[in-house]
Amino acid sequence: MSNILVNAPKTARRGDVIEIKALILHPMETGFRPGPNGRILPRNIIERFTATWNGTEIFAMDMSPAIAANPFVSFFARANDSGTVVLRWTGDEGFAAEHRVDIAVE
Amino acid sequence: MSRRLLVVGLGLVFAASYATAQVGADKRRSGYQDMGEALQKMQDDDTANPGMLFVQLGGQLWSKQTGVADKSCADCHGAAAASMKGVATRYPAIPQGGDRPVDLEGRINLCRTEHQRADRLPPENRELLALTAYVAHQSRDMPIAPPYDHRLDAFRQQGAEIYRRRQGQLNLSCAICHDDNAGKKLAGVVIPEAHPTGYPIYRLEWQALGSLKRRLRNCLAGIRAEAWPLDASEYVAVELFLMDRAKGLKLETPAIRP
Repeated sequence: MSNILVNAPKTARRGDVIEIKALILHPMETGFRPGPNGRILPRNIIERFTATWNGTEIFAMDMSPAIAANPFVSFFARANDSGTVVLRWTGDEGFAAEHRVDIAVE
Repeated sequence: MSRRLLVVGLGLVFAASYATAQVGADKRRSGYQDMGEALQKMQDDDTANPGMLFVQLGGQLWSKQTGVADKSCADCHGAAAASMKGVATRYPAIPQGGDRPVDLEGRINLCRTEHQRADRLPPENRELLALTAYVAHQSRDMPIAPPYDHRLDAFRQQGAEIYRRRQGQLNLSCAICHDDNAGKKLAGVVIPEAHPTGYPIYRLEWQALGSLKRRLRNCLAGIRAEAWPLDASEYVAVELFLMDRAKGLKLETPAIRP
């Protein structure tokens, strides 16, 4: 169960530049902090975030331990064809989350 | 004739300005008003406010069966949008058949032990905070309305005494900062008036949702006092007093604070 909030327009005019905003629940544990027992907590971060539009990659970023918990990502894309934007987060401890948004381009 | 009109006119102007002054007399400020514009926008945008992630999680937990009774919150209460509307504005309150006030987290734990026959969730547990945020979110934009229950008076009085009592190595009371010096700065940050309008809050420093209890423990550590044990009744007493002090201010759950 992953918790994701995405803000993207449902419709866009052909050629428009649209903004897609995505927020995900994740601890982003750095791997440098000691836990309550004094031992270092193992690193648990999102390593990579990608976005594809009808299968073509339109945005990707590598995340580092310096990024805060529950990372918020905002990026821009040009609306060329109607289709599905797939947002994907992958990281430590086998973390994988996906969110789909359908955008109609007129 | 015209003179009489003038008198009546002046009277009306006076009455109108008096009324405006009465409405404007409430100078209380939510911590929201002391934040920068960027943080206010973050709180107002439901897809940029990280607290909404926990509200979403709380919504999922609301309809998840748990405990020996294998019941979900929704099995008894139905849709939270209707049944939980306004509930958070009335807490802490004395539960039916009880004699001590409980806060919203305490009420959720009572439901767990009595009706779901599940274990109590420990303080600051993520699921407990998420459920609390989900319930309190249903009262967003509603004015805080503490219940008229005379049994609460003694506890509220205890909260007021704690609020005004000097404590800790710095020998400060809550009132010294939050009444006498509110609006001034402490270490470059505006001292808020301490109205509990948005709990559980998403504090950027915590990078997580936290309860009023956690905030109070932070303040106690700040004045170098010993924090009460996590299950102490003092927290509920102070919350009772603070909610009464913030009566009429609007709930913002889940609020963002720096």
